[in-house]
Amino acid sequence: MSDIIKNGRIQADDWTVLRLAEGEEAATVALPAGRVIVPLALWQARRDALLEQARAGAVGVWLAGDDDPTALAADLAALPVIAVDFPKFADGRGYSLATLLRTRHGYTGALRAIGDVLRDQFFFLLRCGFSELQPRAGKYTAAQLEAALASLRDFSEPYQGAVDRPEPLFRRQPRRPLAREAA
Amino acid sequence: MYQYDEYDQRIVDERVAQFADQTRRYLGGELSDDEFRPLRLQNGLYIQRHAPMLRIAAPYGNLNSKQLRTLGHIARTYDRGYGHITTRQNIQFNWPRLEDVPEILGLLANVQMHAIQTSGNCIRNVTSDPFAGVAADERVDPRPWCEILRQWSTFHPEFAFLPRKFKIAVNGAAEDRAVIQVHDIGLDIVRNAAGELGFRVLVGGGLGRTPIIGEEVAAFVPWQQILNYCEAILRVYNQHGRRDNAYKARIKILVKALGVPEFARQVEAEFAHLEDGPSTLTQAEIDRVASRFTDPVLSPLQADAGYRARLAEDKTFAAWARRNVREHRVPGYASVVLSLKPHGVAPGDLTAEQFDAVADLADRYSFGEVRSTHEQNIVLASVREADLVALWQDARAIGLATPNIGLLTDIISCPGGDFCALANAKSIPIAKAIQERFDNLDYLFDIGDLEINISGCMNACGHHHVGHIGILGVDKNGAEFYQVTIGGQQGNEAALGKVIGPSFAAAEMPDVITSLINNYIDHRHDDERFIDTVRRIGVEPFKTRVYAERGARQQAGEIAHV
Ligand code: SF4
Repeated sequence: MSDIIKNGRIQADDWTVLRLAEGEEAATVALPAGRVIVPLALWQARRDALLEQARAGAVGVWLAGDDDPTALAADLAALPVIAVDFPKFADGRGYSLATLLRTRHGYTGALRAIGDVLRDQFFFLLRCGFSELQPRAGKYTAAQLEAALASLRDFSEPYQGAVDRPEPLFRRQPRRPLAREAA
Repeated sequence: MYQYDEYDQRIVDERVAQFADQTRRYLGGELSDDEFRPLRLQNGLYIQRHAPMLRIAAPYGNLNSKQLRTLGHIARTYDRGYGHITTRQNIQFNWPRLEDVPEILGLLANVQMHAIQTSGNCIRNVTSDPFAGVAADERVDPRPWCEILRQWSTFHPEFAFLPRKFKIAVNGAAEDRAVIQVHDIGLDIVRNAAGELGFRVLVGGGLGRTPIIGEEVAAFVPWQQILNYCEAILRVYNQHGRRDNAYKARIKILVKALGVPEFARQVEAEFAHLEDGPSTLTQAEIDRVASRFTDPVLSPLQADAGYRARLAEDKTFAAWARRNVREHRVPGYASVVLSLKPHGVAPGDLTAEQFDAVADLADRYSFGEVRSTHEQNIVLASVREADLVALWQDARAIGLATPNIGLLTDIISCPGGDFCALANAKSIPIAKAIQERFDNLDYLFDIGDLEINISGCMNACGHHHVGHIGILGVDKNGAEFYQVTIGGQQGNEAALGKVIGPSFAAAEMPDVITSLINNYIDHRHDDERFIDTVRRIGVEPFKTRVYAERGARQQAGEIAHV
């Protein structure tokens, strides 16, 4: 069990993220017990065998930064969760991946950030459509994680549109010209 | 300049709170060095040779007198009494303490300033023409567009962790003073055959280790679509730019690898999904942003007789007016460049007292506003002709009236080895030594237009590739040496300079410049600028001259052993 952030709260979570160790093959590696999020290559190699478990809510898929989200286009409705991996928090490809899954592919299910996920990126992650944030294991104490929830709300009215608020500020709020304000 | 509304203010206030908390967590050991680094960089905070360096944004170079006084206060209170104008129109302080930075940011937020995205692998401060809105050759005022881009790029959630830094410049005039060809995205505001406004989009320019002139990826993007188009470019870059090697991570490398047609195709494919989406701009938004620029309404004035008379009778004043005063689009007004290049001072430095004094000049003579330039000077954009003499006298009193704008001693230089941890060699002492060698104004005027750019390393913050004479600090077995290029140029005819040959020791540099200048003077046609002579006769005669005279000096034993 680990903690994730979802709907603005800390929640216990029972998904296991499967990462292939050196020498392990996507086609043959044994799956751990319980609910598991598998790498895209494994999903692609064993899709037929895993599809039912996915539909039953027991198997999800995670994407690496250079994976093409189109690869999951046919499976979006079947997957209970898609995760996007941040190998380093400063590797920003996952933000575009998430945005594309939400806006281009119309994915509406659970979208989870995994890997090097830190509180100072929470706000950006939410804006790009992530609905579940799984902080790097062991990074935060319970108290620190509680405090980290504040980072979800770093900015109240961002300028640009993104997945969470597709309209930019100038469409969301009446912003006034200076002349009228002064009058 | 642009006046914040409540939303703009809230965003900078929330940023101050966010960074104060990040700094607190860093100092408390909760954030590691590696975790804090990108956070502080995205707030303009470097750890330098001596202390942190804080880079503050001057959006497209615009500053008002209140802001200048705040900068003066910061220089006095948190620094060693001075600040520095950078080659990207920003302001740097070299000595603040990390612990003080949240407080400094708070002071800045009080005057509608910040340090957001002045560094780091994100979209940086948008730069533009320092004469925007007043230049006689302007097609369209670029400032509202710069502001719209600034807002769009500020904390853009998808593009906060790009492979590498990302710089956008906007030009709206016949002569490109924003150097758009050496930016990641260069936007040229144009009109199509139907008279509609749009942008010619260049991508993949940049200096640094692999200098490249940007190439056109779209001849005309309608203004309504410009944010959508930029988003398409950034998305292609964010996904496919290299992340394995910092030296190959700029967008120019991706454009080169794919080729311009393929890169443009990928951008178009992405843009097809974004076109007419929610980020599409509206006339109301453009008008709103434009209305928040507090430009004075100027009506034409009679030519000023006192000014003309003074020009005729006072040679010193006339020299200043010739170099430092520029035509304004409204008759009876002029734009004035205050030179931050008095001989023997680090280019672009301002003392706390000078910040205050420039604020006074702005209030007295130019509607309370100034612009910083990428040449590291300061512009008073709108000055009445009738005030020019008084302004000149006041500027002289504070040492900002050196009549050398565009001349050899108006050197562009990065901070170099005196401050920058990345430097191979010092820059500022080279600039000073050259200024001292060419201290005779009559001679400087005779040499005429000449741009010297100095960078302390390959990162090219001094833009040496586009200097008519470019000087690059290199490391030769642990010693500081300098490689010289000639023939570089910014503006419409942007070109990269060519290396003349083996590098030189610091002590040789004034002699090297002298040889280059002498060769120019021997070969120039009437009224031909240095750069035009280089273009006409090529690099070879300059090279021959420089190394022949160097050989002679060495034989004569003049050169210090290095
Ligand atoms: S060019 Fe190099 S030495 Fe100069 S400021 Fe940039 S990184 Fe530092």
